Amino acid sequence: MKKPLLITIVGALMLLQAPLVIGEETVTISVKDLKALKSLCASIDGAKTTAAAPISSSAPAAVVSASPDIGKAVKVASLRGFHELDKDAKPVEKKKQFKISGGIEKNWTLQPPSIPHSIEKDRITLKGNTCMKCHSKANHEKEKAPQAAESHYKTRDGKKLEKLSPRRYFCVQCHTPQADAKPLVENIF
Amino acid sequence: MTQIKDRKRMAGFFIKGSLLTGIIVGIILWGGFNWTMALTNTEQFCISCHEMEDNVYKELQETVHWSNRTGVRATCPDCHVPKEWVHKIIRKIKASNEVYHKIMGTIDTPEKFENYRLTMAISEWKRMKATDSRECRNCHNFASMNLEKQEPRSAERHDPHVWEVVDGKTPSKTCIDCHKGIAHHLPKGWEEAAKKAGLQD
Repeated sequence: MKKPLLITIVGALMLLQAPLVIGEETVTISVKDLKALKSLCASIDGAKTTAAAPISSSAPAAVVSASPDIGKAVKVASLRGFHELDKDAKPVEKKKQFKISGGIEKNWTLQPPSIPHSIEKDRITLKGNTCMKCHSKANHEKEKAPQAAESHYKTRDGKKLEKLSPRRYFCVQCHTPQADAKPLVENIF
Repeated sequence: MTQIKDRKRMAGFFIKGSLLTGIIVGIILWGGFNWTMALTNTEQFCISCHEMEDNVYKELQETVHWSNRTGVRATCPDCHVPKEWVHKIIRKIKASNEVYHKIMGTIDTPEKFENYRLTMAISEWKRMKATDSRECRNCHNFASMNLEKQEPRSAERHDPHVWEVVDGKTPSKTCIDCHKGIAHHLPKGWEEAAKKAGLQD
């Protein structure tokens, strides 16, 4: 006889609680606030659609003209979009670097050849340049790698050098690995 | 007569007692020794010195031996301490030299570390070459190396050594002959120095 009573009590309690929970999350919004929210949403949408474009045109620096009474709640877009100031910047999307046997064809005569392999493990620092493990004069035959051109062993006055010229030391200034990535800016070359 | 019997009994007690204490003390000492050695064989122990933590440990984190597709990683002792007991003990005794240099502060600043890097690298390369890259082979085994899954360039270069192993010959080259600077930065002027020491073609 006691069990049904208990169940009804629990049931009643649950029923009582339900509207309470909902009540907590309900927020009353005035018409003014709605307008500000709408403009905020629009600017967020705008930032999303232009995200792929270069930085200058994205993030319309839209300081949402908020009504003063809800000033605290409105986020302000900067050049970084709506990214929090104290958070790290979004990491760059990683792309796997292409490996193409036989190399990549040049687009014009004097183009520095593109790198047809991954250079993830290579390091170019003050201490050393690991590209030269294979592409140096001494090692290229053994490693079956193309040799860095003669021009890389000359000063700008044409004086021949034993080692790679310092102005040619940073390989990736001209030679770049390739990946299947969208261009950041339109390229009509 | 009873005196002799007592003596015999006493001797028996003494032998049994000393044996028992011997065994207990032995277990404690041997266990303690092994426990201590296992403790010094952890990465946490290695990087408890800032010389290791700020230099080589940071560099390891850029490499495939730290992070890769499958999430298998090598810790310091995997490469730098032999697994077999005898070799391990020999290495540990030699490592007392490193303790001395830790006390002397031979490499206690980044600049000092850089100045000393080549010496340390050469000595480690020499050790690896002398043991036929034994620690590499704890994980990397030619018998399990599928050349078809490698880059053509790598496969081509590994191929002769795989066959040497298949034919039961000693491989003409050992891992460290080619794979230098894979877990830590290469020192300045490493190539010339390695050639001079006979560690590089």
